[in-house]
Amino acid sequence: MPIKPLLISAYTTVNALGRGIDESAFKLRQGKGGLRPCDFADAALNTWIGRVEGLEEQPVTGELAAFDSRNNRLAQAGLTQDGFAEAVAAARTRLGPSRIGVFIGTSTSGILETEGAYRKRDPASGRLPNGISARYTHDIFVAAEFIRLYLGLKGPATGISTACSSSAKAFATAYRYMQAGLCDAAVVGGVDSLCLTTLYGFKSLDLTSSRPCRPWDAERDGLSLGEAASLALLTWPAADDHGTALLGYGESSDAYHMSAAHPQGTGAALAMQEALAKAGLDAAQVDYINLHGTATPSNDAAEDKAVVRVFGAATPCSSTKGWTGHTLGAAGATEAVIACLCIEHGFIPGTLNTRQPDPGLLANILLETREQPVNYVLSNSFGFGGSNCSLLFGRLG
Amino acid sequence: MTTVYLDGLGLFGPGLAGWREGIALLQGMHSYQEEQIPAVTPSLLSPNERRRATGAIRLALQVAEEAIKNSGLKAQTIRSVFASSGGDGEIIDKICTALTLPERPISPTHFHNSVHNTPAGYWAIATGCHQASVSLSAYDGSFSAGLLEALTLILVEGDTVLLVAYDYPPPFPLSGTRFFTAPFATALVLSPDRGDLSLAALTLELIGQGEEDTLDDVGLERLRTGNPAARSLPLLQAIARGSVGSVVLPYLADSRLAVGLAPCQ
Repeated sequence: MPIKPLLISAYTTVNALGRGIDESAFKLRQGKGGLRPCDFADAALNTWIGRVEGLEEQPVTGELAAFDSRNNRLAQAGLTQDGFAEAVAAARTRLGPSRIGVFIGTSTSGILETEGAYRKRDPASGRLPNGISARYTHDIFVAAEFIRLYLGLKGPATGISTACSSSAKAFATAYRYMQAGLCDAAVVGGVDSLCLTTLYGFKSLDLTSSRPCRPWDAERDGLSLGEAASLALLTWPAADDHGTALLGYGESSDAYHMSAAHPQGTGAALAMQEALAKAGLDAAQVDYINLHGTATPSNDAAEDKAVVRVFGAATPCSSTKGWTGHTLGAAGATEAVIACLCIEHGFIPGTLNTRQPDPGLLANILLETREQPVNYVLSNSFGFGGSNCSLLFGRLG
Repeated sequence: MTTVYLDGLGLFGPGLAGWREGIALLQGMHSYQEEQIPAVTPSLLSPNERRRATGAIRLALQVAEEAIKNSGLKAQTIRSVFASSGGDGEIIDKICTALTLPERPISPTHFHNSVHNTPAGYWAIATGCHQASVSLSAYDGSFSAGLLEALTLILVEGDTVLLVAYDYPPPFPLSGTRFFTAPFATALVLSPDRGDLSLAALTLELIGQGEEDTLDDVGLERLRTGNPAARSLPLLQAIARGSVGSVVLPYLADSRLAVGLAPCQ
């Protein structure tokens, strides 16, 4: 049985491509990427990153000042653009604040602030400096709480943290809360900011590239990290509503390894198959697959096997990690927003930086952005711990 | 209001080494004595994984294993929800400490154990379970958020769900950032249909501001307020006592979760 489509009433993204959906759409269509040589804080790493400019000068102030952190600044940037807060306010008036849920994915939340506190430990006692409040900065729930308070909502809320699938899974959770009658609309998304933990952590696993990442390339050698806040307002569609909708979702576990994907892509294939089934679609109807495509040698190889098993080798695919960097817990929502842009504007982004597709990989990888009508997009997000989620988006009405 | 069924329980904390051991205490047969937490030894982990597993991971897996065993179900077929407010403070401490050193030498194992869904990943690997799993957090309401997530999975997907709620006190200096008294974890196997082993029927309702239930036993109440996962204790006590009625649990700053309860046996 297909699920009921959920209208994406409003959406926004701030990522390395820029602030707002128009900036992301423009750059994806014009071939302008957002990666730069690492210039984050004092990270001395030979890698490229997708940093959002200007956050350093945009603190969270006023009533919510206690929430000030890079991660919540990123959330704030998302909340103040594309008419997003206004769209939520209209829904709040229509449905009531207690009927709108908030489900936000993040992997590291505000750990950057805790990293900083450790550098300022008292040399004698070892204590962290006074006034450190992980409650409002580092806690996994805090992005959801900040967004809920900022938007004046009083419905159910959860912070979802399953590594790089976090904000894709937020869409599935939101659908279930709405279908179960616990809320009538939901603010979903992901907020994940750059920090030394992930920059040096992926380096420790030898997974960061010294060049802009090249998904599916024969010479791919690792990922480029990014940061993003990407949000969507989900509502039940009225009879005459048009737009883009969440049509399906699929979730699975690899049950294989904490940081390596199953080499045959078994769990990934299960997630894609479930998303298709929940959307009531055949694989052949999907116009475009936005790959997880991190550009690490083994991840791309595993995803390629899974995609080819479910879709064959014809469906156009690309990874947008070369444009935005890998935004980890925000990747699912960021690529959901890109899927909406593809459907609404009629284009498929190419795989930036990739020159020579790996002859061992069989999926139909697009190198150049192509203008064409797009009705159905599948978006993949796979994370550490073997957490897989695929989302299916399509045109409504 | 939809009813879900509780088919198995796991419990672990100081003086509470398992559900069966905990029942007498929760029934009020004797007063709670805070004890050292016994060694946690989930049998599912391979020696290699056991060596890498932190206290938080072992704690979560211990109660998951017990609840599944008590339910008579096979772990491989059951999707899971892991609810934890603080995640793994030991790993966060090690990483943040490494980042203060000149070469910033983060251990690759610590890094891949740093994700909030680490216990879920270990659980899936140990049980060979490909079913979906979600790891979540809602501060002091994390257990309630886990219950709600499980409810939606039962209602919408029709699945049986393993809910694992755990929190492990972080080491110094993170210990100074939040009040924590002891490690605590509980696991509930919840299903859409009443079975032979069902212990209780539960209904959930979100309510606005209201008084959350507390515990009469001073020691248990201290445990309840000193660990987010232990906010589940009033519900566990009502289950142990075979109570009929409603238990009010903390959820978000402006809302509570009322759990209706009726024993099945």
